[in-house]
Amino acid sequence: MQYLDTSHGTDILEALVDVILENRNYLSEVDGAIGDGDHGINMAKGFRLCGESIQGQSLGFSKALGTLATTLMGSIGGSMGPLYGSLFLGMSNAIKERDALDVRAFGDMLTGGLTALQGISDAQVGDKCLLDTLVPAVDDYRRAAESGEDFPAALDALRQGAERGCESTRELEARIGRAARLGERSRGHLDAGAVSCRLLLVRLADSAERHLEKAAA
Amino acid sequence: MQRIINDPDNVVDDAVRGYLRASPSLYAATDHPRVLKYAGETPDKVGVVTGGGSGHEPAFLGYVGEGLCDAVAIGEIFSSPTADAFLDAFRAADRGRGVACLYGNYAGDNMNVKMARQMAEMEGIDVKTVIARDDVASAPADQRDKRRGVAGEIMMWKVGGAAAARGDDLAEVIRLAQKAVDACSSIGIGLSSCTIPANGKPNFSIEPGHMELGIGHHGEPGIEVAPLTDATSIAGSMCDPVLADQDFAGSDVAVLVSGLGATPNMELNLLYAHIADHLEAENITVHRADIGNYFTSLEMMGATLTVMKLDDELKPLVDAPARSLAITR
Repeated sequence: MQYLDTSHGTDILEALVDVILENRNYLSEVDGAIGDGDHGINMAKGFRLCGESIQGQSLGFSKALGTLATTLMGSIGGSMGPLYGSLFLGMSNAIKERDALDVRAFGDMLTGGLTALQGISDAQVGDKCLLDTLVPAVDDYRRAAESGEDFPAALDALRQGAERGCESTRELEARIGRAARLGERSRGHLDAGAVSCRLLLVRLADSAERHLEKAAA
Repeated sequence: MQRIINDPDNVVDDAVRGYLRASPSLYAATDHPRVLKYAGETPDKVGVVTGGGSGHEPAFLGYVGEGLCDAVAIGEIFSSPTADAFLDAFRAADRGRGVACLYGNYAGDNMNVKMARQMAEMEGIDVKTVIARDDVASAPADQRDKRRGVAGEIMMWKVGGAAAARGDDLAEVIRLAQKAVDACSSIGIGLSSCTIPANGKPNFSIEPGHMELGIGHHGEPGIEVAPLTDATSIAGSMCDPVLADQDFAGSDVAVLVSGLGATPNMELNLLYAHIADHLEAENITVHRADIGNYFTSLEMMGATLTVMKLDDELKPLVDAPARSLAITR
């Protein structure tokens, strides 16, 4: 049995901040093809502020996710602030007061985030948005966990679901957001929110995997 | 891009500074850099709040004032304010009698207001909302919940603000603001695109010699792209879908024609003359007409038409005194 010690919150959060800052220009480029071109700027603004506020602190995983959520809700308006804000808040709430997460509890955290996000938005899979990445990633993770795969294998399923889901937005016609104006012409381009969601989930899986420990017998 | 700005990323904050410097009798800063409140004395009354993305000036902040909104949440250009900003606007407007949050139907605004309401409730601030859905081009009448809010929002703020100013309670302010915006049918035409400074290139394109009927305030797609003819037929193209949306015949109405930012005021009045002819021909009496730049889209060329059906309850609220940057009565 493997578990993730939740005391590594600051470290995992810093990894998420890094992946957004590293990809600031790439995200804006993706968004520029069919949207406003400001996705990278907005995301980097929120994640940088979060990085600054957790610097030097040793936060538990739930607390760190909660800090990220409130920072995003307070600093990014539009749709991305509330969408990512409620995703991370839902994840944070699902693992409150847990010292360690096993493969199932980590799945509960992901589901908690997805449920919170769906509570605030009517967006659906197929709309060409971040849910196109998130939903298959969480589904694949849960399926792996429930069929008895170990923690690293389930994290790998999360990564692969995220990659596949993100790629699926290339052929979709946008139904929501500014890209909806382009209709048919939005095909052939990835959705920027789906890309940032893929980057975050893959980095989350990588970072969690690095911190996996064997439970004492 | 020919613009009078500094750092394109700071356009909104720089502009808010300008509004505060220019109109100290109207605006007071709050602890939140993206929330302004009315600077004058406000008696104990229901608070009225609005908010939305920037780039639509004088909306939204131009409707803060006497007999109108008490506080406004200000977003980035064409992007919803944060939930925190809406919450701080609720706090600034609350006098213990609750807050009416009157805003337009856009995904980001809906989510941020929803979260701000939840947070306000935890502080004991009672917030009720009215969501404007007056753009007839954005969805058919039987799917009104999908329609966007456009310049009809101004009539919602006017009526809701006047009801609050005369001392109505929260439920009544909400009922009247809802009734006001339900009585409005609006449509826009776009003749050119607009550029968000931080973006640097036009948001979309409209071919020269064409206009887009039913375009949204951020360039959302309209009903059709048609050749740009003359004002007489443009007025007809705008009146037809608006007058088909509600039974206006025989009624008194308030009419609002707003420029989208770059169409000269002269042309707005020129257009209005033809609109007035159409209304007269349909046996509709214009009780009041407001023509000007009331709800814009940066430097888009084009205009919106809003027709509001009036009755004895709405009329005095539409006519009631108001003092703000955008409208004074």
